[in-house]
Amino acid sequence: MAERERRLTPPYGGVFVARTTVMTADDMQRATKRMAHEIIERNHGLEGIVLIGLQTGGIPLAARLAEALQKIEGVDVPTGCVDVAFYRDDIGLRPVLPEAATEIPCDLDSRTVILVDDVLFTGRTIRAALDALTNFGRARSVQLAVMVDRGHRELPIRPDYVGKNLPTRRDEVVDVTSDGVELGEMLK
Amino acid sequence: MNRATSRHGDLRNLLSVADLGPDIAAGIDEVMALTDTFVEVSERKIPKVPALRGRTVVSLFFEDSTRTRLSFETAAKRLSADTMNFSVSTSSVKKGESLRDTIETIEAMGVDAIVVRHASAGVPKQIAQWSQSAVINAGDGWHEHPTQALLDCYTIRQHGGDLAGKQIAIVGDIRHSRVARSNVAAFSALGADVTLVAPPTLLPPSLEGWPVKVSHDLDAVLATTDVCYLLRMQRERMTEALIPSLREYTASFGLSSSRADRLPQHAIIMHPGPINRGVEISAEVADRENAVIIDQVRNGVAVRMAVLFLLLGSGTSWGGDADV
Repeated sequence: MAERERRLTPPYGGVFVARTTVMTADDMQRATKRMAHEIIERNHGLEGIVLIGLQTGGIPLAARLAEALQKIEGVDVPTGCVDVAFYRDDIGLRPVLPEAATEIPCDLDSRTVILVDDVLFTGRTIRAALDALTNFGRARSVQLAVMVDRGHRELPIRPDYVGKNLPTRRDEVVDVTSDGVELGEMLK
Repeated sequence: MNRATSRHGDLRNLLSVADLGPDIAAGIDEVMALTDTFVEVSERKIPKVPALRGRTVVSLFFEDSTRTRLSFETAAKRLSADTMNFSVSTSSVKKGESLRDTIETIEAMGVDAIVVRHASAGVPKQIAQWSQSAVINAGDGWHEHPTQALLDCYTIRQHGGDLAGKQIAIVGDIRHSRVARSNVAAFSALGADVTLVAPPTLLPPSLEGWPVKVSHDLDAVLATTDVCYLLRMQRERMTEALIPSLREYTASFGLSSSRADRLPQHAIIMHPGPINRGVEISAEVADRENAVIIDQVRNGVAVRMAVLFLLLGSGTSWGGDADV
């Protein structure tokens, strides 16, 4: 099995050992396309939609969603990213460092924001992201798109668009890259 | 939280540029990367993040300061930390309280970081030995002013890119300048070539171990200078007559309009402030486009946010490795 080193990816750090491939790159592309259709259907078009990817896993996914939306509707959806490090509730309990600066493409007042992340787990990152967004205006609504929902929520947060529902054990690790989604463990 | 000293240097305090770790350049790079994110925060409509909620930062200034004190206070507030102010003129120090008792009193109130400025070199280090809190040196005597060096590195990078190979002239009263000491350490760690330009009386008694060139002639270095860093004439620290007169100093070492014209097109002019217009820099030059003095002040807040967050919030040591 492939071993990839995840150097500083908080909160892990260590060596990820993949056990099974859950989605291939093709599967991810199909799921992205479906989610794009769902976004258009649910919002009756793309009026006022802003995509915000979460640092770092959500950013490539947000870009691919924007691409899919542009192919279907021919509209360029404003896309940005947010780093939630400063809003986390576990600052001081574990190493927390931002990956890069936040970039919000426009004022969020009365826009529909779609947060995009690779894996939804405890929901704490999304809680932090919701907090961060309030600094950029009062969005009309916030929706959540994730490639993988792996369960184990610790907060009342649920996704609106899901690539794949994946039952996991708490100690397992889900790794999303452009090559696909793998389930495995972290060797400390 | 485990706040032990790590192999990356002193995680708990920032007393000198050397505290940024055995690899100073890596330490500076880390602060710069974090500063980028705080520059973005500072540009927001609501420039505040809850990162240091519930933490208390006390500024302990035994010496006058406007910009550094305000800069640290703004930085702490933008991180949602609580700030306390201690100014000597209104405190019990006036009643004869010793430094150690002052520190113990402040610590007993529960603070997480102490920002110190003092006229004597080594006071922040002494405080760090007494105290459990993170100690940040905001200038001690002629010794060091590490956050100034960090914000200067950031400003140079912002205007001219990488410091490696840059020709930096530090002009003026080097002898009494903590800014010069911190900046020489930081600039040379990043690979810049530093030239100190001053009359012999305003240079330190010994320059052994300083990775610098020395010149006594400002006009000779102007044409090859990428960054012209001017220092303030620190009249309050001069106990003897080191220069014949301020006018003579200005004539030989002041950055006049005609001297500024001889700098290369891309060169920037920096000054740690407060500036004495008409002494080390002419009033006209201070307002030029390539004088980035205001940018230095602006970046100072973001750099200090980065330092406070690294010391109090990140849970990592300088160098980025997990340490909790």
